[in-house]
Amino acid sequence: MLAHDDQDSLKRTPLHGLHVSLGGKMVPFAGYDMPVQYPAGVLKEHLHTRASAGLFDVSHMGQIALRPKSGRVEDAARALERLVPQDIVAIAPGRQRYAQFTNADGGILDDLMVANFGDHLFLVVNAACKDADEAHLRANLSGDCVIDSLTDRALIALQGPKAEAALAKLCVEAPAMKFMDSDPRKVAGLDCFVSRSGYTGEDGFEISVPAADAERLAKTLLENTDVLPIGLGARDSLRLEAGLCLYGHDIDTTTTPVEAALEWSVQKSRRSGGARAGGFPGAEKILAHFDNGAARRRVGLLAQGRAPVREGARLFADSAGGEPIGQVTSGGFGPSLNAPVAMGYVPTASSALGTQLFAEVRGQRLPVAVAAMPFVKNTYKR
Amino acid sequence: MTTTLYTSDHEWLAIKGDVATVGITDYAQQQLGDVVFVELPKVGRTLKKAEAAAVVESVKAASDVYAPVTGEVLETNAELAAEPALVNSDAQGKAWFFKIKMADKGELGGLMDEAAYKAHTA
Repeated sequence: MLAHDDQDSLKRTPLHGLHVSLGGKMVPFAGYDMPVQYPAGVLKEHLHTRASAGLFDVSHMGQIALRPKSGRVEDAARALERLVPQDIVAIAPGRQRYAQFTNADGGILDDLMVANFGDHLFLVVNAACKDADEAHLRANLSGDCVIDSLTDRALIALQGPKAEAALAKLCVEAPAMKFMDSDPRKVAGLDCFVSRSGYTGEDGFEISVPAADAERLAKTLLENTDVLPIGLGARDSLRLEAGLCLYGHDIDTTTTPVEAALEWSVQKSRRSGGARAGGFPGAEKILAHFDNGAARRRVGLLAQGRAPVREGARLFADSAGGEPIGQVTSGGFGPSLNAPVAMGYVPTASSALGTQLFAEVRGQRLPVAVAAMPFVKNTYKR
Repeated sequence: MTTTLYTSDHEWLAIKGDVATVGITDYAQQQLGDVVFVELPKVGRTLKKAEAAAVVESVKAASDVYAPVTGEVLETNAELAAEPALVNSDAQGKAWFFKIKMADKGELGGLMDEAAYKAHTA
């Protein structure tokens, strides 16, 4: 997951100084100098997030406001539906939805969150894709929307069973929020956007805060002894246990939402026979995958031994011989499961739960079984 | 009498006669982070100097442990295989990886003593 950028050219988030002062081990990631872990280490950080609460700096992600020129948010929603296979019109004010930008081949250009803020849409996109996403929005939606890249805001995720109590001290309405609620709200008196969502499988919040106030907010949250700072290492192991895709690894321009097992994210209104079926890039291929099935599918994989099966490992149907049938796209050790966990693509015929496969690790074929995701039960407050 | 030497790849060797006990250094375990898996060589296997002999995996990544000398694997640490986190708690003690019967003690000539290794990792 680590890019090899030149150290000097790396960008810094508004919380960079805080990471360094907290002893963060800084590494290049998506063009930013980011903490991969703090002195507690990946294992403790991961387990602490599941048991208590973790604070993550995700300010490297892109935050974009999509403002309708007509003043009607449904016009921005209809415009955005030209680029994503999701029902954006149906997102109620104060709610958000997971979406993907697709390309003409039905592949995924990026995955994102889309919130309805009443008079405009608020998008959160991946760091590595944000410049391309912004250009894509400008090229396609400028007739209907003003595309406003909110580069003066930081983004902090607070995740885990004690996240609600920690945030409630600074935002009394936070406990009343439900999973995927998203709204501008005051947090510690600051003009924030708060959503009840995250990338760990845990209940929690993502808080967009003005860059100038980000360090103060993070420090205030960290004064609570239940809250520890968490680096990118644990962020990756937490999302992997939660079965969540990492763009550029588990999904990319060659995978359709159906192959990626993200059918749940495409509402019926955009599928064949729906009120606004199609009308997004690659609709022909994606709808064909819905109607006729896809040849391959993203699945969870549990190893029978202790050896982690990592990204790039080839998958085989048999313990010896034959050609590879698929490949692992994310894999590692799941600290909460205390076992290796992985996901990857296999032929749909081999995607049934319990199917026995073999992953090639250092020349040996290790038995793995297709397993349900999430690997660790999620605790969203629905 | 036991002499401890170090490689530039962050392995330590405790040498007694023609047998070397091999592990990874405390500096290496700090760089790796939480170790969750180790793969040890088979007893009886002949290792060539600089050949990948064992694997140590943290939550995030897998790293090879190289044979610091040529020789035959006499014994591996079953306790370490069962409890990989020993690498983090006692890298240069209980978390030894394997014992090797050295074929050529002349190979030790290129290794560092403790003072040289400290300078190497400073």
